Amino acid sequence: MTTATLPDTHADEGGPGWIRRNRMTLAPLLFLLPGAIFFIAYVILPILQSFQISFFRWDGLGEPEFVGLANYQELSTDRAFEVSLWNNLKWLVLYLLAIPGGLFIALFLNQTVAGIRIYKSLFFFPFVISQVVVGLVFTWFYDPTFGLLNTLLEGIGISPINVLGDPTLATYGVIIAGLWPQIAYCMILYLTGLNAVDPEQIEAARLDGAKGLRMLWHVILPQLRPATFIAFVVTIIGALRSFDLISIMTNGGPFGSTRVLSFYMFEKALSEYGFRMGYGAAIAVVLFLIMLVFIAYFLWSMWRQERGH
Amino acid sequence: MFPRPIETQPRATQITYQSLIPVALLLWLAPLIAVAIFSIKPDTDFTSGNYWGWPAEFEGFANYGKVFFESDMPRYLMNSVLITVPTVIGAVALSAMTGFALGVYKFRGNLWIFFMFVAGNFVPFQILMVPVRDLTLDLGLYNTKTGLVLFHIAFQTGFCTLFMRNFIRALPFELIEAARVEGVAEWRIFWFIVLPLMKPAIAALSVLVFTFIWNDYFWAVVLTQGAESQPVTAGITSFNAQYRAAYHLMSAGSIVAALPPVAMFFLMQRHFIAGLTLGAVK
Repeated sequence: MTTATLPDTHADEGGPGWIRRNRMTLAPLLFLLPGAIFFIAYVILPILQSFQISFFRWDGLGEPEFVGLANYQELSTDRAFEVSLWNNLKWLVLYLLAIPGGLFIALFLNQTVAGIRIYKSLFFFPFVISQVVVGLVFTWFYDPTFGLLNTLLEGIGISPINVLGDPTLATYGVIIAGLWPQIAYCMILYLTGLNAVDPEQIEAARLDGAKGLRMLWHVILPQLRPATFIAFVVTIIGALRSFDLISIMTNGGPFGSTRVLSFYMFEKALSEYGFRMGYGAAIAVVLFLIMLVFIAYFLWSMWRQERGH
Repeated sequence: MFPRPIETQPRATQITYQSLIPVALLLWLAPLIAVAIFSIKPDTDFTSGNYWGWPAEFEGFANYGKVFFESDMPRYLMNSVLITVPTVIGAVALSAMTGFALGVYKFRGNLWIFFMFVAGNFVPFQILMVPVRDLTLDLGLYNTKTGLVLFHIAFQTGFCTLFMRNFIRALPFELIEAARVEGVAEWRIFWFIVLPLMKPAIAALSVLVFTFIWNDYFWAVVLTQGAESQPVTAGITSFNAQYRAAYHLMSAGSIVAALPPVAMFFLMQRHFIAGLTLGAVK
C-alpha cells in the first residue's frame, strides 16, 4: 500500500512493463515455486509436525491428547529404546568400515588389465540391488540348515551357527549384510577418485622413494579427500537409515535384539497392538536430533566450500 | 597411477593378479550366486536335502514361469513401473527448475533455500512418517500409487536440486549473459539454452532416481497395503509368505524383483556412476 504514494513507479503495475522490470525477481520465484511447495509440504512441515505430535498421545484416529513430555519420560525408562540406541551406535561405528573396505577393493581393482571394466561393474553389483533382496539373500546365506555359510563352516569342521537366531550375533549379521552394498558404493567413489589422482605427484613421490602404505597415506589419501568426505556422508546416513534389512532379516528379533531407532519407531507407531503415533514421533525426534549433528556438519563443510568459490 | 601398474611387475605377479580377480569376484558375489543357483533347481532338490549339489534337473523355465504366470508378481512389477516412472519424470522436471533458479540467479536467501533442499534430503524417513501418512490419508490417497508418487517426487526433489544446481553452476555463464543482452526471455533461456546443456545431468538423475525409487521399501510399507498398489519390494514379502519354504520360487522371485535396476545400471552405467560420484573429484 505504501507504493500507492509513489505514482510514477506505480503507473504500469500488472502490465508487461512491470513484469519486464521485475523479471529478475519473478523468474527465480516462479522457477522455485513448484519444487519448493512440494518439498515444504512433504518434507519441511512434516518435520515440525512430528515435533508437535511427540507431545501428544494419539492413536492416529481419535482426538490427540496433550501429554507434555510424558512420551520422552517414558523413553528414558524404556529398555527397548535403550537397546535400539546401542544398536544404532553399533551400526554407526561398524558401518564406517565400508570406507576402508571400499578403498581396499578400489586399490585392488585400479589396474588396466583386460576385462577390468566388467569386473569393476560386477563388484559394484550389490549396490544396485534393493536392500530387500540383499536381506533375503543374506537370510538364506546365514540359514542354519542349508545356508552357504554353514555349509562352508561344516566343510572345515566347525559346528553350524545360527547367526540371526542368536541375540548376541544377530545385529552383527545384519550389519554385515548392510556392509556388502555399502562397500560397493565406497569402492566406486574411490575408483573415481583414484582416476583423478595427479600422476606427476605420484612419480615425484616415487623418485623420493615413497611406496606402499607410506605413499598411500601421505600422497594418495590427501588427494582422495573429496571422495572420502562423500563416502563418510553416505555411510553415516545409510547407517542411521537402516530399516529394510532389519525388517526383512529379523523383524527386530530375536527378543528385540536387532531393533534400531528407525525400526522401533515404525513398530511403535504402526504396531498391530494399536498405533502409538505420539510415542513413535518422540523416537523419531531423537533419531532426527542425532542425524542433525551430522547434517549440521555436512552443511558447514558445504558452506565453507561455497565461500571458497 | 596408484597402485603401481601391474604391467610393470614380473610375469608371475601378473598371472597371480589375473587369476586372483575372478576368485575374489566369486567370493564377493557368493551369496547372490547361491540364490541364482537355487532359482533353477527343482523343488525335489529341497525336499531331498540336495541344497548344494548339482541340480537334479534344470527347472529354470518352470520356476520363472511360475513367478510370471501363477503369482501376483507381474502386478507388483507393473505397480513398481507405474510408481517409478512418474516419480522420475516429476522429480527431474521440478528439480531442473529449482536447480536453474538457484544456480543462475543471485538473490537474498538463495544459499539458504539451497541448504533447505540439501538438509531435507538427509533427514531420517521416520521423522516424516506419521505426518506424511496422515497427509496422504487426508488427501484420500492412502493405498494408491499416486499417494506414493507424490511423496517420492517431493523427497527426491531435494537430492535432485542439489545435483542440478551444482551442475548448472559449472555451465559457462557467459551463454546466459549473452542471451540476456539479446533480450531473450528468462523462460526461453531455461528452455532453449540451459535445458539442452543439462542432458547429462538429466540422464544421470533419471537412472539414479529410478534405482532409488524401485528399491524403496519403507514408504511402500507405510503408504500402501495390497497387491493393487504395492511395488515389488513390498510385494516380495507377500510372495514369500505364499510360497513359504519353496526356496526355488522365492529365489526366482527375488531375482526378478532385483533385475530392472540392474538392467538399468548396465545400460546406463556411465551416467549412473557419474551421478553417484558427483563431487568425489574436485
